[in-house]
Order: sequence, then structure tokens, then C-alpha cells
Amino acid sequence: MSAVNDSMVVAHRNLIRMGRIPEMLIFGLIQPIMFVVLFTYVFGGSITVGSSSSTQAYREFLMAGIFAQTVTFATAGAGAGIADDMHKGLIDRFRSLPMARGAVLTGRTLADLVQTALTLVVLAVVALIVGWRTHENIGKVLAGFGLLLLLGYAFSWIGALIGLSVRTPEAATSGGLIWLFPLTFISNAFVDANHLPAFLRHIAEWNPFSATVQACRELFGNLPPGFNASDAWPMQHPVWASLIWSVVIILAFRTLAVRKYRRAAG
Amino acid sequence: MPGAIYAEGLVKTFGDVRALDGVDLDVPEGTVLGLLGPNGAGKTTAVRCLTTLLRPDSGKAVVAGVDVLKQPDAVRRSIGLSGQFAAVDEYLTGRENLHMVGRLYQMRAKEAKARAVELLEQFHLTDAADRPTKTYSGGMRRRLDLAAALVVSPPVMFMDEPTTGLDPRNRQQLWEVIKQLVSGGTTLLLTTQYLEEADHLAHDIAVVDHGRVIAQGTSDQLKARTGGERVEVVVHERDHIRTAAEVLTGFGKGDTTVEEHTRKLIVPVTGGAKLLAEVIRELDGRGIEIDDIALRRPTLDDVFLSLTGHVAEERPEGDGAPGSKQDTRRNTGKDSNEEAAK
Repeated sequence: MSAVNDSMVVAHRNLIRMGRIPEMLIFGLIQPIMFVVLFTYVFGGSITVGSSSSTQAYREFLMAGIFAQTVTFATAGAGAGIADDMHKGLIDRFRSLPMARGAVLTGRTLADLVQTALTLVVLAVVALIVGWRTHENIGKVLAGFGLLLLLGYAFSWIGALIGLSVRTPEAATSGGLIWLFPLTFISNAFVDANHLPAFLRHIAEWNPFSATVQACRELFGNLPPGFNASDAWPMQHPVWASLIWSVVIILAFRTLAVRKYRRAAG
Repeated sequence: MPGAIYAEGLVKTFGDVRALDGVDLDVPEGTVLGLLGPNGAGKTTAVRCLTTLLRPDSGKAVVAGVDVLKQPDAVRRSIGLSGQFAAVDEYLTGRENLHMVGRLYQMRAKEAKARAVELLEQFHLTDAADRPTKTYSGGMRRRLDLAAALVVSPPVMFMDEPTTGLDPRNRQQLWEVIKQLVSGGTTLLLTTQYLEEADHLAHDIAVVDHGRVIAQGTSDQLKARTGGERVEVVVHERDHIRTAAEVLTGFGKGDTTVEEHTRKLIVPVTGGAKLLAEVIRELDGRGIEIDDIALRRPTLDDVFLSLTGHVAEERPEGDGAPGSKQDTRRNTGKDSNEEAAK
């Protein structure tokens, strides 16, 4: 009981903070919006997806990739927030209190989940403005966003572990971002993975990130014309693959992060 | 019966550094122990071990009757910790901070709210209660941090350098708060670099250096160990320091300590005012102009200097460096003395 309660108290605290530092949310939106605009207008029309090189096909293909990339950036937020709490001595305070283990981290990741949801809403509106459309029923579309949120939540646990492992919030921010670029680019997010060289294609197909992107494209009805999913299991069953990956990441990184938290030295 | 805070043979190493090298402590209920030592002596590590934040490599610790290593959660319910850095959320208001801590001590929302109001009142923060603590002054933040440690009125309190970095007025204010607290029966372990602070607040003082308690007792007991009076001279000309040192050593009962940059010389003596007059005559006779001369009773500074001085001498490579180190330590103590006196 106290675990839920304590997590909520900490989540509440982080949401209050978020409201008082709105620039965090705003800056978090600039990059994905920039990507939406750049990829749509600069690359749109010159990248072939499936058998189509039309701007509209790429536009719809692209959005799931940008949504997914955006939610993974929660890693940096969670990491920097927790590193900052360590730095300022707040983690020491929490650890000296008779509260549930893990509640500080759970509270943080839940607050990040709220932020991710807000970011997705704004981003979806921008995407609609530049011409993104879904072609499936609302239930499927919402399920797609559900998978995105779950992926974001999973990645914020990776961020929590990073935040506990570095010495400064700045290090947590860069440590939370650097590896996300290869991870999100060697995937199906921005290009049709079928067009990648074989070696990269294999990585892309098994990339946890690709599973969610593929699942969203299916659920949004955004697969380009003439698109043939590869034979790799995650690409054939992307919804399941996405769920499994996210749950595995949460379990693994939550365990590691909570253990680290209990031993954290300020 | 062990006291409210009890430690036996605490050892904690970080790599090659033995931060705690067998620390024994015993703080009777309702008393204040001052853990006094320079930076890096192991004070904070000791507090972290006793407050369940750090697991010692070996040794035993009992706080409020509960084994720290075996039942850390039970210990956390009975302690309050106020750290070296004011650990409050800077974007939350004072009220929100206290409310959060109350909730995490497992209070009901209503109870936590009421307690926050009470504490804000007690620590003169009511006017600032609904401002983010980012806007607070250093002293206000410390007070809030202390209030947060007191949310459940814990029977045992730990304060790690509660007044470091505060100006004299704020330090004085915080001392008053701490005194009130202790008069209410709370057992307190306080770490400090300020000798004056330990002298002022603590019943017992444990001097810590290199991860060990090198002396323990009341302030008077410690002063008695250091011995009698000393003469302090400030010479006008830097060139006269050497000659003045010769003179003083002639009168003294021990070595003369020289602080080059302040042109100050200190020598332990016996003989009181009569001796002081002789020293003045002799210095005058040699044509040494003096800016200041005084006969002083030992302070905790001296205790500290003599105790840590011994440790420094025992270290084989420590011939030159410890002297300068002592100087800075001494000055830190001195400053706080003077500030407190004003």
C-alpha cells in the first residue's frame, strides 16, 4: 500500500515541478516538431517507402517513427531529474525516510509518463496540421499511442538507472541521449528497413524500437503502399514484439535501478 | 545500556581510503554529541552509516534501540536527518516540501498539512510558506531543511554541518532553534568544523581525524588536556617573525606556532600576567614592534590544533604540509570564533 502511496506523493511532487518549469516541456517539444517539419518537407518525396515515393506516403510513414523517437527522449528527462535530485541531496533525504523502496524512481517515471503523454498530444496535432492521417478505427489508433507510452515508460527506467550512475545532471542528459540517436536511426523509424543493407537491416528488424514503430504503423493504418514486412518475427508480430520488449526493459531496468538506488552514494 | 546512538568499530572504505577506521560512539539519550573534525575526517561518512544511507564494511550501530544494519526501516521511522546541503526541492514551496516529507513519513494528508503549518510557524517561515524555496535565502533554506527533519518529532536527530556556509546572524538563529530542540529531550548528533559551534551546542565532543575518534569528552575536559595559557603576538614587521619566535620559545613551555601571513606567533606558557610583562619587555628590548599581544586561555581551537597536530606529526611524509594545513584549519576556527563573538 505504502508503495503506491509513496509513488503517488513523489509523482505529484515531480508534476508540480514540471508545472513550475514549463520550459522543460517546451524545449522537449521543439526537436520532434522540427523533425516533423524537416523530414516532411526536406526528405518527403525523395525517400521511397514500400513502393511509393509520394510525399503523402512518406509523411504518414514518418510520423510513427517520430512519435516513437520522441517518447524515448523521456530517458534523458528521467535521468537528468534523478541525477539532479542526487546532486542536491534530495535522494539522501528520501532514503532516510521510512518510505517504500523504489517509490522515488516510480514516482519520477510516472511523472515522466504524464509529460510524454502531453508531448504526444501536441506532436499529434502538429502532425495532423502537416497532413498526417490515420486510416484505422479510433480503438486501434489509441492502442498505438498506448504502445508508445509504454515504450516511453520503459525508456524512462533506463534513464533512471543512468541518472543514478552519473555524477552530474549534465552527464545524465548527454548519457541519456547519445545512444538514442544510433538506436533510433538504425531502425525503421525514418526509412523503410527493407531498403537497408542486410547487416543493418537485421539490426533494425530486431531493434526494440522498430517493433513499436512497426506496430504503430499497422495500428494507425500508415503502412505505405506496396510495403512487405520482412520475415523477422518482430516485424511479423510487431504489437506483441513491442509489448514484450517494453515489459522486459521495464522489469530489467527497474530491478537494476532500484538496487542502485538502495546503495546510492550521494 | 547503550545510548540513543551507539556505534562500535565502524569501518568504511572507499577504494584505498579508509573513511571510517573503527569509530566508536555512545550518545546517551537526550544529550548532544558534537562530531568535530576537518573536511574529509569522516564525519559525514559516520552520519551516513548511522542514518542507513551507507552500509559500513564492518562494525555495529544501534540507533534508538534498533540495529541499523538489521532493521534499517525501523531506524528510519525514528530519525530525522538534516544534511550538509539543504535538501529541499527548490521548485516546491516551503509548505509543499514539508507536506511531501510528512506524507513520506506515512502521515495522513490532513495530518501532514497541519504539521507543515505548525513547523512553518515554529521556524518563522509562515510568510514565505507559499513561495518556491528557490527564492529563499540560505538561512531560510536551512531552517526549512531542519523543519523537514523534524516533521515526525523524531527522538534521534542527525545534523551534518547544519550551519556551514551561513552568515553569523543566521548561524546564531539556527543555534537557538537547535537548543530549543534539545531542551525538548531530543538526542542529537551534530557534525561541525566550527569549534565554537561544538563548544556552544554539544554536551560531549568527539574529535575525528582520518576516520578515527582521537579524543572525546566535554569541552572543559578537552581544554584541560591541552594545558594552560598561551601568549599570542602579532609583530609589525614580517622580518621580525624569526627573532620574535626565538624570544617566545625562550619563555614558552612548548614550540612556537607561526602564522606567516598574519604575522602571528603563539606559544604555550605558564606564569600569567607577570610573564606577559616580561615578554613585552624582552621584545621591546630587541626592538621588535608589535601590533598586538595577548594572554589567552585555551579554546577548543587549541585542543583541535594540538590533537590533529599530533596525528600530522606521526605521518612520515607529513613534515611540511601539515603545518600549513593546521594554519588553515586554525583560521577557520578563528573566524567562527570572532563571528560568534560579535
